[in-house]
Amino acid sequence: MPMLANLQRLFRYRGLIQTLVVRDLKARYRGSVLGFFWSFANPLLLLMVYTFVFSVVLPGRFPGVEENYALFLFCGLLPWTWFSASLVEASNSLLVNGNLIKKVLFPAEVLPLVAVIANMVHFFLALPILFLALIFFASRTPTSGELFWFPVVIAVQFVLSLGFGLFLAALTVHFRDIKDLLSNLLTLWFFGTPILYPWTIVAERGPSIAGLPPAGKVLMDLNPFAHLAISYQEILFYDGPYGHWKWLLVTALVSIGLFIGGYALFDRLRDSFAEEV
Amino acid sequence: MTDHAITLCDVSKLYRKYAYRRQFSTLKSALLKGNLASELKPNEVFHAVNGVSLRVPVGMTLGVIGRNGSGKSTLLKLIAGITKPTFGTVEVNGRISALIELGAGFHPEISGRENVFINGVMLGLTKSEISKRFDTIVEFAELEDFIDAPVKTYSSGMYMRLGFAVAVHVDPDVLLVDEVLAVGDEGFSLRCLDKFAEFKRRGKTILLVTHGLSMVERFCDEAVWLDNGKVCGEGDPRRVVHAYTTEVAKGEERILSENDRKLREAVVGEGNESDSGTGELISTDEPPEDMYRATQGRWGAGPVRIDGVTLTRAGESAHVFQSGDQLAIKLSVSTLSPVTNFVFGISIFNAEGVCCYGTNTHIEEFTPIEFSGAGEVVFVIDSLDLVEGTYKLDVAAHTREGFQYDYHRLLYTFRVKSRTKDTGIYRPGHRWTFSPTIRFVRAGERLN
Repeated sequence: MPMLANLQRLFRYRGLIQTLVVRDLKARYRGSVLGFFWSFANPLLLLMVYTFVFSVVLPGRFPGVEENYALFLFCGLLPWTWFSASLVEASNSLLVNGNLIKKVLFPAEVLPLVAVIANMVHFFLALPILFLALIFFASRTPTSGELFWFPVVIAVQFVLSLGFGLFLAALTVHFRDIKDLLSNLLTLWFFGTPILYPWTIVAERGPSIAGLPPAGKVLMDLNPFAHLAISYQEILFYDGPYGHWKWLLVTALVSIGLFIGGYALFDRLRDSFAEEV
Repeated sequence: MTDHAITLCDVSKLYRKYAYRRQFSTLKSALLKGNLASELKPNEVFHAVNGVSLRVPVGMTLGVIGRNGSGKSTLLKLIAGITKPTFGTVEVNGRISALIELGAGFHPEISGRENVFINGVMLGLTKSEISKRFDTIVEFAELEDFIDAPVKTYSSGMYMRLGFAVAVHVDPDVLLVDEVLAVGDEGFSLRCLDKFAEFKRRGKTILLVTHGLSMVERFCDEAVWLDNGKVCGEGDPRRVVHAYTTEVAKGEERILSENDRKLREAVVGEGNESDSGTGELISTDEPPEDMYRATQGRWGAGPVRIDGVTLTRAGESAHVFQSGDQLAIKLSVSTLSPVTNFVFGISIFNAEGVCCYGTNTHIEEFTPIEFSGAGEVVFVIDSLDLVEGTYKLDVAAHTREGFQYDYHRLLYTFRVKSRTKDTGIYRPGHRWTFSPTIRFVRAGERLN
């Protein structure tokens, strides 16, 4: 199977992947006074801004999350930042590193993979801030059952991001339009995902068609990132057991399918990269 | 088969021309056509490499020469595996290191030290291998003092040196080099050559793409000459280089004779009837005020006219000469009425406008008796002892007192080629002798 051979080769190049991720992280804050500290400071500042806006400027508007709305928002926003930044960077990765593709021999899928991993590292660096805030403001520590599911959610998101990333990277080489299209689509996707609002308020919206649940719920169910966002919120923010795991498993299957499809497309267009970038 | 480091079997590489249809026309075709080149119409493709078969035995140093755009770099990329051949197969035994672009993947914001590691990993080394070689790499690149500075602060020479140092320390079995010896100063170039010589001694295979023909002759075991993606000649480097330079000279000859023909049409052919469309050419009856400032042109009031000028070597029209060849300048002249006072003159100028030599029949004490009708004047230089370069000719017919019948200024061009890169203008016939205590060996000779 070519896919397995590809994965095997990718594993052989883990040294390169690691080096490129480190390069990415080092280069990002090189030249700034605070350096790596920004990885912590950025989410902290973001949290402060949201706290201010949603407790003073626009105090609690959604049912169930009136208290600690900023924390609720944060639980969905951090993973979203990882997801959207991964997609944008992955779709650009082949073009930005065009000189590498043209001059050095290595599997090109390393580049979108590095984009996803580098952003995952940023997500991880922001997590302690989130956990501290949860304990400090909401006096909430996740239970062991929730801690079991937490890495699973992250793994599913990783596979999903990589699947999209491979698709976008391969197609952006041939259609530069994707770059512009993508940022707008991501904005739409962001508002269509229960990050700013709890998913319960859209579940009853919209008409029911052909005996299906209301359109809002159908759209929510079809949105893979919605299930991830709900999972993060249930595990981190809401009290009570994690009940969304069935949907998470469905999302996992979809993600794996997307990854296989994306990788197959990437593989098919691989030979054209060195000529087109 | 194992004694061949590189085997190319009827390899072709097609590139799409973008003039007709840019990139994929639809998303569907993008998804369906993975291998698109084979379905393209012939007028949409360009053969960068066309049916090349090559076998490079282990330990050979092969030079690849050819004009720009002849497919040399594409060939190198095919061997390196960076692009896939459209047809044919490429087989390489052993670890390849391609010096195609030095420092590819250097990140400007991070230090030289970190970039050495990143670049090394990209070229296939492990971290511990790089750590072991790190000091040698830095020493080779002469960057001990700057290795912790970000690469964006490096000069382009430093950047290239570091890239080169990493690439040669990968310790490949097959080394592909694409015109990179131009980097760095004299001292560094010499050390690069030493490094190549060391590779050679250790039985590594080297493929060298270069325009430095003397380097190919000196350094390579064999040479391949590519033209339009096809192999035009291969084998002994001296023979291949000779064939290549001969072909290049023929090309120059074509260009020069074409230019010559255009000039002739502009000034000589139509004579004084056409004074339009000659650009900055002067074509008048009156000589310009400062005739030595005048660039190109023709002037004079007749009645003697120079109708044509031909340069020949051994009876054949030519524009490119080897230093030491015979050069004959033939003037076809005519006069409208018989004249008794006439002088023919010739001057040779080099590209900087320096008069290398000038003479005329009057200076050389030919006393004119009569000229009527038409005739030929031939000026023969038995041995054209000029250094390499481009030269232009003035030819003139005038009276002994200086009244100009017909003056052609810098209208005729010829080129002198030489294997010796000596300087100056004139090369007197010469030889060297040395007392027995001073010993030399000449290129191509063996020390006995």
